[in-house]
Amino acid sequence: MKKIVELKNVSKSFDGELVLDHISLDIYDNEFLTLLGPSGCGKTTTLRIIAGFEQADEGEVIFLGEEISAVPPHKRNVNTVFQRYALFPHLNVFENVAFPLREKKVPKAEIEQRVNEMLALVALKGFEKRSVTSLSGGQQQRVAIARALVGKPRVLLLDEPLAALDLKLRKDMQQELKNIQKATGITFIFVTHDQEEALSMSDTVVVMSEGRIQQIGTPIDIYNEPKNAFVADFIGESNILDGVMLRDRRVSFSGHVFDCVDAGFELKEPVDVVVRPEDVDIVPEDKGMLKGVVTSVTFLGVHYEIIVDIDGFKWMIQTTDFVDVDERIGLFIEPEAIHIMKKSEYSGMFGDYSSFSMELDEIGELEQIEELGELTEPDEAESEKSE
Amino acid sequence: MKKNASRALTLVQRLALAPYSVWAVLFIVVPLFFVAYYAFTDQQFRFTTENLARFFTATSQITDEAGTREVHTYLLIFWRSLKLAVISTVICLVMGYPFAYMISRASARTQSVLITLIMIPMWMNFLIRTYAWMTILQDTGILNGFLGLLGLGKLHIIGTESAVVIGMVYDYFPYMILPIYSVMAKMDVKLLEAARDLGCSPAGVLRRVVWPLSLPGVISGVTMVLIPSISTFYISQKLGNGKFYLIGDAIESQYAANNLHFAAAIAFILMIILLAGMAVMQRHANRRAVA
Repeated sequence: MKKIVELKNVSKSFDGELVLDHISLDIYDNEFLTLLGPSGCGKTTTLRIIAGFEQADEGEVIFLGEEISAVPPHKRNVNTVFQRYALFPHLNVFENVAFPLREKKVPKAEIEQRVNEMLALVALKGFEKRSVTSLSGGQQQRVAIARALVGKPRVLLLDEPLAALDLKLRKDMQQELKNIQKATGITFIFVTHDQEEALSMSDTVVVMSEGRIQQIGTPIDIYNEPKNAFVADFIGESNILDGVMLRDRRVSFSGHVFDCVDAGFELKEPVDVVVRPEDVDIVPEDKGMLKGVVTSVTFLGVHYEIIVDIDGFKWMIQTTDFVDVDERIGLFIEPEAIHIMKKSEYSGMFGDYSSFSMELDEIGELEQIEELGELTEPDEAESEKSE
Repeated sequence: MKKNASRALTLVQRLALAPYSVWAVLFIVVPLFFVAYYAFTDQQFRFTTENLARFFTATSQITDEAGTREVHTYLLIFWRSLKLAVISTVICLVMGYPFAYMISRASARTQSVLITLIMIPMWMNFLIRTYAWMTILQDTGILNGFLGLLGLGKLHIIGTESAVVIGMVYDYFPYMILPIYSVMAKMDVKLLEAARDLGCSPAGVLRRVVWPLSLPGVISGVTMVLIPSISTFYISQKLGNGKFYLIGDAIESQYAANNLHFAAAIAFILMIILLAGMAVMQRHANRRAVA
């Protein structure tokens, strides 16, 4: 596969604060790549450096083999779909889409044809003469996409383009964006803080935190084989436990020794162990590898989300079997359900549901990492337990 | 509830509007009526169009280097007023537009400092400002003193059209900058980035996005400079040494000569012409905004 954009050791600071910390990333032709992370992780800055709105302090930005740091935005073969669309309010739908073509002095007949093609692609035929301010959010979004694609860029940059849409529309647009990407064969670089969006749309997901890339991989890899506690926690729900690798394929945590499928660690190496809530089976207490008390049960339609206290560590388990609060249950974990990670700077920060509640989770998604950090602060966990 | 409030005014809203309504009727509507009434009547308050006709037909003889000619007095005065006002407005626009743009792109702190600097002269009395320009521009004034120190020749400015234009530009410049700046400051920076992203050079961004979006500010700036400068009489008297009789001077002197009906007629005609001009400008701008 052909590399289309390469970032090499790119760093960027604003007012002395390091926003990007030596990022290196290869982006391939025809790929749908997502930069995923909480706000302030540097994903938008990465996008703006590729677009040319920001200059990297250090490192190289290479586009089709050429270093382009000195190339101004209007001379880059890259277009952007902005978060709030940034449509020109003084121009109608047709003229917004025609904007880049008029700048390039494309002949009138060709402009007409290409704009109409684009409006058909985004299902906005018949809207040509409408004022952009009279359109709904979803329609404005489509105009922004058509306008960014009409100049046939090699790469389309999308800066949280769906963030302002409601849930239903967002799902539709996700599908549509994916279809447009396949139909046009243009490389999409998509920025989002929504992990579900990233998993469902992307060929490649780049998980970022604190200006560094935490992991690059396919959605399945990222979910099944997270590299550290941050990724495991940010993508989906995870129980993250302190463990010790006894030898290859043998790990001990929560006072029990488990078979697992990971190898290649040192003897007695401390590790982080990830068990996804949906991978835990509930069994009668006497048959469980681990035993605990159910402390809360939430019905979520497809499944129940239950919190189980096992020797003070609270697990989240998703199950379709009903259990009651205060019931004693056993947990059964298959070797394939256990994922072992090396210890990292994020160890111990995530993965305990001691102070978990649905509301806090909602806030956490918006308020990002600082909130998540607070959730696992020991004093808060203490006060929660004593209640 | 909210919908109701937007349709019919509540009692509180009516009460809040009352003081201004009274003010507007007493000091705007009634005087306008009297201007029209005086313009269309003679000394005995009988209906006549003679005052209006006089504006277009009155002639006088002027003598200058080119010899003696017969001219339409008030049309000539009007034309001169219009010319000086347009020149001043264009200068204000050409100087003010780029400046307003630069202010609007500066940091918030710099913006407030620059805007304050522009407004400070407005805190001084208009007459005093004009007197200050007299002392600067006089043949023995500050400017010529300064030029003399540099060993350069003297400039004769006071009593010329240039002096009048300088005075108008200085006095009305803030009225051009402020409306343009306020429109530009509200402009979404993302629009400028989007234009760059879509292939515009910095000059292209200015031409295709900034200019059309700033037109409402430009129009109110032009209006706010053009109208006071077309009707000013003080600046022309002080800086033009009374040699450039403008339409404002004409109204003032007719008024001073107790010729109220003709003064009202000139004011009335000036008002109609300005209103028509503004209407044309506004419509042109609206059409551009839609296109």
